Amino acid sequence: MGNFSQLVYLVPLFPLIGFLINGLLWKRMPKNLGGIIGTLAILCSFAVSLGIFFEVKDPAFHGPVIVHLFDFIQSGKLIIPFAFQVDALSALFLLIITGVGFLIHVYSTSYMHHDEGMVKYFAYLNLFVFSMLLLVLGANYLIMFIGWEGVGLCSYLLIGFWFKNRDYTNAAKKAFVMNRIGDLGFLVGMLLILLTFGTLSYQDFFGQLHGSQTIVPTSTYNWIALCLFIGATGKSAQIPLYTWLPDAMAGPTPVSALIHAATMVTAGIYMIARSGALYSLAPMILHVVAIIGLATAILAATIAIKQYDIKKVLAYSTVSQLGFMFLALGVGAYTTAVFHVMTHAFFKALLFLGSGSVIHAMGGEQDIRKMGGLGKYMRITQATFLIGCLAISGIPGFSGFFSKDAILTDAFAHDPILYYLGIGAAMMTAFYMFRLYFLTFNGSFRGTEDQRHHLHESPYAMTIPLMILAVLSIVGGYVGIPEVLGGHNLFNTYLSNVVTNFGEHHLSESTEWILMTVSVVAAVIMIVVAYVVNKKPDFAENKGFAKLLENKWYVDEIYDAIIIRPMEGLSNLLDKFAEKKGIDGVVNGVGKTVRWGGDRLRLLQSGQVGFYIFIMVLGIVVLFTLSFFWIR
Amino acid sequence: MILLLLILIPLITGAMSFAVKGEGAKALALISSILTLAVSAYVSAANFSAPITYNHEWIPVLGTQFSLLADGMSSMLCLLTGIVVMVVMIAGVNKSVENPGAFYGFLLLSQAGLMGVFLASDALVFYMFWELALIPVYFLCSTWGGEKRIAVTFKFFIYTFVGSLMMLAGLIYLSTQSQGMSSYSWSDIVRAGSSLPPQTQQWVFWLMFIAFAIKMPIFPFHTWQPDTYEQSPTPVTIILSALMVKMGLYAVLRWLLPVVPAGVAYWSDTVVVLSVIGIVYASCIAIVQTDMKRLIAYSSIAHMGLMSAVAFSHSSVGMHGIMVQMFNHGITITGMWLMVSMVENRWGTRDMTKLGGMASVAPNMAIALVIISLASIALPLTNGFIGEFMLFNGLFSGTESNHVTVMVVAGLGVILGAVYTLNMIQKTAYGATAKMLITKDISVNEFVGVAIIIILIIFLGVYPKPLLDLTSGIAAMIVK
Repeated sequence: MGNFSQLVYLVPLFPLIGFLINGLLWKRMPKNLGGIIGTLAILCSFAVSLGIFFEVKDPAFHGPVIVHLFDFIQSGKLIIPFAFQVDALSALFLLIITGVGFLIHVYSTSYMHHDEGMVKYFAYLNLFVFSMLLLVLGANYLIMFIGWEGVGLCSYLLIGFWFKNRDYTNAAKKAFVMNRIGDLGFLVGMLLILLTFGTLSYQDFFGQLHGSQTIVPTSTYNWIALCLFIGATGKSAQIPLYTWLPDAMAGPTPVSALIHAATMVTAGIYMIARSGALYSLAPMILHVVAIIGLATAILAATIAIKQYDIKKVLAYSTVSQLGFMFLALGVGAYTTAVFHVMTHAFFKALLFLGSGSVIHAMGGEQDIRKMGGLGKYMRITQATFLIGCLAISGIPGFSGFFSKDAILTDAFAHDPILYYLGIGAAMMTAFYMFRLYFLTFNGSFRGTEDQRHHLHESPYAMTIPLMILAVLSIVGGYVGIPEVLGGHNLFNTYLSNVVTNFGEHHLSESTEWILMTVSVVAAVIMIVVAYVVNKKPDFAENKGFAKLLENKWYVDEIYDAIIIRPMEGLSNLLDKFAEKKGIDGVVNGVGKTVRWGGDRLRLLQSGQVGFYIFIMVLGIVVLFTLSFFWIR
Repeated sequence: MILLLLILIPLITGAMSFAVKGEGAKALALISSILTLAVSAYVSAANFSAPITYNHEWIPVLGTQFSLLADGMSSMLCLLTGIVVMVVMIAGVNKSVENPGAFYGFLLLSQAGLMGVFLASDALVFYMFWELALIPVYFLCSTWGGEKRIAVTFKFFIYTFVGSLMMLAGLIYLSTQSQGMSSYSWSDIVRAGSSLPPQTQQWVFWLMFIAFAIKMPIFPFHTWQPDTYEQSPTPVTIILSALMVKMGLYAVLRWLLPVVPAGVAYWSDTVVVLSVIGIVYASCIAIVQTDMKRLIAYSSIAHMGLMSAVAFSHSSVGMHGIMVQMFNHGITITGMWLMVSMVENRWGTRDMTKLGGMASVAPNMAIALVIISLASIALPLTNGFIGEFMLFNGLFSGTESNHVTVMVVAGLGVILGAVYTLNMIQKTAYGATAKMLITKDISVNEFVGVAIIIILIIFLGVYPKPLLDLTSGIAAMIVK
């Protein structure tokens, strides 16, 4: 095998160059050329990533390769290098990011073609890929943090891409601030690691974890793990910091596919899988992770059932699927979580790009109440979208089946209650995805006559990525066939050198068969229910519980009432009273006194020279007298 | 001798400037500032081997010598002063002021004072330059300021004057406590102060500290600052916020921490708590400001609060972080004010409720504003991040009690900072285009000034090593 891992710096370098070219020359750059440059940059990265992947996959590859670029921060004994780490985990993420990223870039060249800001768009997109690559390549937490905040910035810039719309820029701001709340957790966790272990490098840190279990109290592990997890809830949209993600749909649809479904939002899963050695020492926090993940999976799924915006349904579905991944992490099945990251990247990117194709055909319309019967007009979009729906619902033969089944099995082994609740969320998933599918592609068209004339299949630049992703959404799961189906889980073997699962349980073969059958039957039933319910859709105003779901459990309103408004009130109070009346009042009072004193003293300065001379003589006499006695 | 040049160039050209009529003053000031920057760059580069000193007889009767010293910290601050003043002069090229000779004369005199403050290693010399730096600012503010300039200058004057007097009293007291003859040299002051009984150090601490706290400013000694920033002409605001606040912090590190260590140990918890309150307090107030200048003023109080908290946390990484952050804060806030003055020039107002649409009509300005704002909220790979990370590290590993709580409360500033900074971007750059006086994107000289700032922001954010190396020795020395 070639020595690709030493060239790993090229992987983020290409998108950085693409960003710089498009970012600096955005005024003069022709739109098409900007798109080509941006897309080529990712293609080059993908090529290098492939080389790295095959090198790492080779059994002859031993341990992680650290590529040291330069010393980033150095102060006394504290040295934090700017270094990359190549191992099975980072190589896998490289492939997902650059591979899916490339397809989405290709798609964007067509989707964004009419937008005047196309060059700027590609500059941002390349900057995003660069940051995401830093995030997964860093050999220490600080480099991960650089990428972590970098992707947050790009997300902010792309959500608010159409900056003239105040709602969009509000959504961008909300995403950034909510991420920052999580980032503070990350920062504190990072500092705790630094304080306790004196290093941020993965190798040193995990090395010490194996050696020093007796010296460091468990509570320290718990605190570190909890702080990092807070960071993950922000980036990966988990309770309580998930509300920014649905709003993030304000950005262009390919951005939703790349950033808000396939890559950035999985950063939290990457972080915890990467820190698996730490979390295995903090079982209490693993319980928290599992509970938060499961709760998010269920909550988001209930909301998705009653949404009418095609992208909002997918957004809540993403939140819910991320919840599943955290459930897997929480039961110690880190590799399973990463497996679901991969399959989810394929089918969710597919679904989002498919929805983009639909929105494109509908002339910007996103309300599924005004769609229906689109299958006749756009066969490729319909077929690929269906594959995505089957994959996410966990129908056997599609990638989602393998990863979701693995999560549910691991959950059962950990605690059957987690499994039952998980099945509930999975059933809702099948229902709302097929509700979306039937309302969009089946039945008769419910939009305007103008829209009907406009309906068309999207150009090849958009449909080819759809087809490739559809193929991946099917075959992507076959790398992780469970042993009960006579397979050999290549995926777990591949990651086993880097990520060690915590407390693996083994279920009997018959139990696994039963669990699998139950989840498949449940999904199929829900698809049928979705078909029946939506055969003659009725969009009467929602009442009671349905209205509660349509309004997202009023969580945004609750946050507004208990956090945002009190915060504003406090700020105003501090400004008007503490600052202006309080502190400044006292100061001005002192000032007035001084002025008053000054006015009195001024009377002495009458301007009469005689008076001054008198005072001067008096002073000299006094000084003379004093010094006379002093010398004595 | 080279150190003397740092003071003499601005002092002499400043004095000359008063005699120059018309636009020539701008050219003189620009040339002078470039020369000074070149010298300070040379001093910083030479500093990697050993500190540079200069001594001359001055007033032996009082026990004072005209002695200067440039170690890592001093030369870093002189370099910052050089850069910031030059950027101010570059940005001023196409702005017209009344009576430019006097205006630029005062600015240069103030620069001479600043250089002296950062270089002095004798307490009386230090005090003299401290006043020399401030007095021109009173004139600049009261003559070229906004509508409320007289009242505001008065407040500023009272604040700083009270502080200066207390500091002078403290220094005189310390000089009399030295062994043998009274002496103002830094090493004698340190020896005298640190050998005082702890109870005495505890009150001497306050004599000195009040002056520095006002200058930084630390909550609750800060209310002169938003008013003064708001009412001053932008070049003066830059000098005040990028450089003069550093006088306060520098003085704490040089003339307080080593001088009365027992007093510092006794009061440091109090100061840390005040500083951290200041971070949250100022950040909250920044959120509800509508005037860009006031918003940035309060954000600066929050940033300085973090630095002052760390200054009293006794951590060497933290101290190193302060060095780095003093420089970076100066660079970033200079960029911020340049943007504000451009906005004021185009839209005729700083009121954010009347602004909007910069990204549509002046996209280059908007890009610059976003980059500088990101540095201000310490996004990684901008200069702000390095310092902030090291500061939090210092606060976290500090010696004061409850350091975790302190760190987390201070960390709220990270979140609140994002809130008010993004608010500012949204209201000025995004949305519909508000009515403008002049529709014009960035002009050539503005571009040069902003480009210098942005290059520094990115370069020091990616590769902070030069700055870290320059100041590494001194940080370890202050925290023994």
